[in-house]
Amino acid sequence: MTRRHIALAAAFAALITLPYWLSGAYYINVSSQVLFYAIFALGLNVLVGYGGLVSLGHASLFGITAYATGYLLQNGWSHTPAILGALVIGLAATALFAALALRATGIGFIMITLALGQIVWGLAYRWISLTGGDNGISLHGRPSPFGFELGSAPAFYYVTLVIFVVAVTAVAIFVQSPLGAAVKGTRDQPRRMNALGYHVWAIRFWACLLSGLLTSIAGILFVYYNQFISPQTTALTASAEVLLMVIAGGPATLLGPIVGAALVVVVKNIVSGYIERWNFLLGAIFVAIVILMPEGLVPGTVRLWRGGLRAFRRRRGIIIAQSAEPKA
Amino acid sequence: MSALAVKGLCKAFGGLHVTTDVNLDVEPGERRLIIGPNGAGKTTLFNLITGELTPDSGSIHLLGQDVTNTPSRRRPHLGMARTYQIITLFTRDTIVRNVTLALLGLSQARWNPLTVLDRQPEFIDRAHDALTKVGLRNIADRPLSQTSYGERRRVEIAMALAQEPKVLLLDEPYAGLSIDERRDVQETIRAIPRDVTIVMIEHNMDVALSFAERITLLHFGKIVVEGSRSEVVNDPRTKEVYLGH
Amino acid sequence: MTFWLVLTVNSITFGGLLFLLSAGFSLIFGLMRIPNLTHGSLFMLGAYFGATLVVGMLGLQLNFWLAAILATVAVAFLGALIERLLLRRLPGDALAQVLVTLGLSFIAADFCLMVWGGDPINVETPAGLGGFLRAGPAVFPLYRIAIIFIAAIFAVGLWVLLDRTRLGAMIRAGVDDPDMARVVGIRVSQLFTIVFALGAALAAFAGIIGGPILSVYPGIDQDMLPLALVVVILGGTGSLLGSFVGSIIVGFIYNFGQALLPELAYFVLFLPMLLVLVFRPQGLFGRHVP
Repeated sequence: MTRRHIALAAAFAALITLPYWLSGAYYINVSSQVLFYAIFALGLNVLVGYGGLVSLGHASLFGITAYATGYLLQNGWSHTPAILGALVIGLAATALFAALALRATGIGFIMITLALGQIVWGLAYRWISLTGGDNGISLHGRPSPFGFELGSAPAFYYVTLVIFVVAVTAVAIFVQSPLGAAVKGTRDQPRRMNALGYHVWAIRFWACLLSGLLTSIAGILFVYYNQFISPQTTALTASAEVLLMVIAGGPATLLGPIVGAALVVVVKNIVSGYIERWNFLLGAIFVAIVILMPEGLVPGTVRLWRGGLRAFRRRRGIIIAQSAEPKA
Repeated sequence: MSALAVKGLCKAFGGLHVTTDVNLDVEPGERRLIIGPNGAGKTTLFNLITGELTPDSGSIHLLGQDVTNTPSRRRPHLGMARTYQIITLFTRDTIVRNVTLALLGLSQARWNPLTVLDRQPEFIDRAHDALTKVGLRNIADRPLSQTSYGERRRVEIAMALAQEPKVLLLDEPYAGLSIDERRDVQETIRAIPRDVTIVMIEHNMDVALSFAERITLLHFGKIVVEGSRSEVVNDPRTKEVYLGH
Repeated sequence: MTFWLVLTVNSITFGGLLFLLSAGFSLIFGLMRIPNLTHGSLFMLGAYFGATLVVGMLGLQLNFWLAAILATVAVAFLGALIERLLLRRLPGDALAQVLVTLGLSFIAADFCLMVWGGDPINVETPAGLGGFLRAGPAVFPLYRIAIIFIAAIFAVGLWVLLDRTRLGAMIRAGVDDPDMARVVGIRVSQLFTIVFALGAALAAFAGIIGGPILSVYPGIDQDMLPLALVVVILGGTGSLLGSFVGSIIVGFIYNFGQALLPELAYFVLFLPMLLVLVFRPQGLFGRHVP
């Protein structure tokens, strides 16, 4: 237990002091990206890892909130009402999507989320009067909470960090809570949960709402970071990317989506400097992880580490035992 | 007033009649055994009683209350608990967490997203009590994946008992158990107090007969014989149904 | 009037192409219970391979139909490889299989971009079919009529395959109840490979013969896959008749939608699919729910 606390404290310290040991606006910006994509991945993980419901359309919720922010700002709203309005719109969309998608489970659920994602992408592309189509919506500036200017990389990073810490804490509390236990129960044995008196549909619906809230928050951070939103953000590739973050890191863990987000964002940023074809790599990593390490990097690495340690101890035990035995 | 009263229950899938005009009157505290060859519709009857299947016609009364149209998730709150033929427990969790989930299902706390479940004594303590009743208190913190089939069966019974049911439906509780495990489960079931009415489906005659006070014989979804243990055992129709088995 | 007539013929033509694409998708979905998200890529690879041979990029310029057949065989082989080497390693894990097909679609998309670049490739209409059919004031390209005939022939052929041959009976049994089929002695895993390869072949063939109409460009996989998805959900998974009817319906919705409601074209296409998924998941003619 104490080892974990030390590691946590060290990580926290590293994150707080990041702009000091990772110099350069570029790297600080990449770190900001890692943080809000991690919030996005944590949000999806509430559904995928803890709820057992795989969504192939989550980028559409991310995008809807981002678009809502941009649209409201464009129409003269000031930052705080725009952010709140976007959150409301994001949650409303989540509730609607959940009501539709929860009519099915398993592959049916995936297909409905896929269809919803495609509809949103198509609307983002074609409903030019609302979304600007391919040209997207541009933002002009970031909010100034309590008078702090967020234009610089470190400033934006710190705000993102605060929100990230709150988000992680919220998910951690949720997972340990009775409702979290109920969500996990519906993932593992929905029929049994029903027979134990749980309202499986309602539990899943609440999980969707929590997921949607986190996704919406990430979407708002995204659009303020980029100062721009376009249909590409709602495409199937974007939904696949965040799903990759979850399964690469390891679903049903707290650290997994964070590690997954870091991996995907860093590789994408670094690699795109050298290779043009990011999608090829994304697809290859996807296939490799699904086939070779389906439980994700975090549990997989833990498994290998423990397995390696155990094998080492076993081997050492054999050697010691052999040397202790009297020669026959 | 009977603990469980079923009248005229019917269910058909297309042309296949799986339950035809079943009537059941189980007295409070009774130990009722439901027997019948494979495919007789015993588990289907249980599924109808718990509400997982909707009957085409007929009624189900639990302690005088009409629950025919009550959703299956509400029936545990009214005092109905059930175990399954194939054990479907939460293998990713510990034994005590399995029982805790059973307790949580009946509590308003199941909607709480803020407190830490493992630090709530009202659940953990009661879970430990339920495990003590089935003799598994000492391995409460063991992951379910590391338990034997017999132990899991007892965990399942602990979960059912933790729900403090008025009517307990046991679906082939002895299926797949070794002789020793069977004896443990038998003791556990025998120790259940009389304020719980038990209806059991079972195949294994030796174990089941010692348990039963009244027996209902089901065949092709219909009740063929019903009565006390000796009545049913000695009835010629019983032998007819089981000929060849 | 002519406008509507031309639009109608175009819709039927497009429906024909969609049928070839979706029939395979439907069989794979019905038999293996997975939506094959690589299907659009297989269509695209067929189109690119075929175009390469027709246009003569490898220094070898072939007759259109010969190129189509070679491209189809190549992609069928690729499909068989995908099934045997990747999907078969995840038996019964539908989610993992879907994710693998998704990953493969990304790989394929970038591969085509790397090899053939970003510009669309124009495929010439095959010799002899470049003319027009006149019916009163309306003028229909001969090639589009030809596609309708080809699709119809394939529809009949597939129906004969499924309804009259032993292989077809095994496929239908597998679609209905794979466990029962195994018990009866049908080599279901071998069937999976055959059906996947067959589906890939149909998709690839559709890709190349669609070339003269749609041309061959990066992103065509992303355009075609959702349409196949809609067809199969509407028509019902595992149902040939469903694919046929669904393809015509979607062909009409797509073409008329583009012409009349361009802003809502995607919405109009996906909304029926969504409604079917939510209210009648087995589709019009499907046997089981996805």
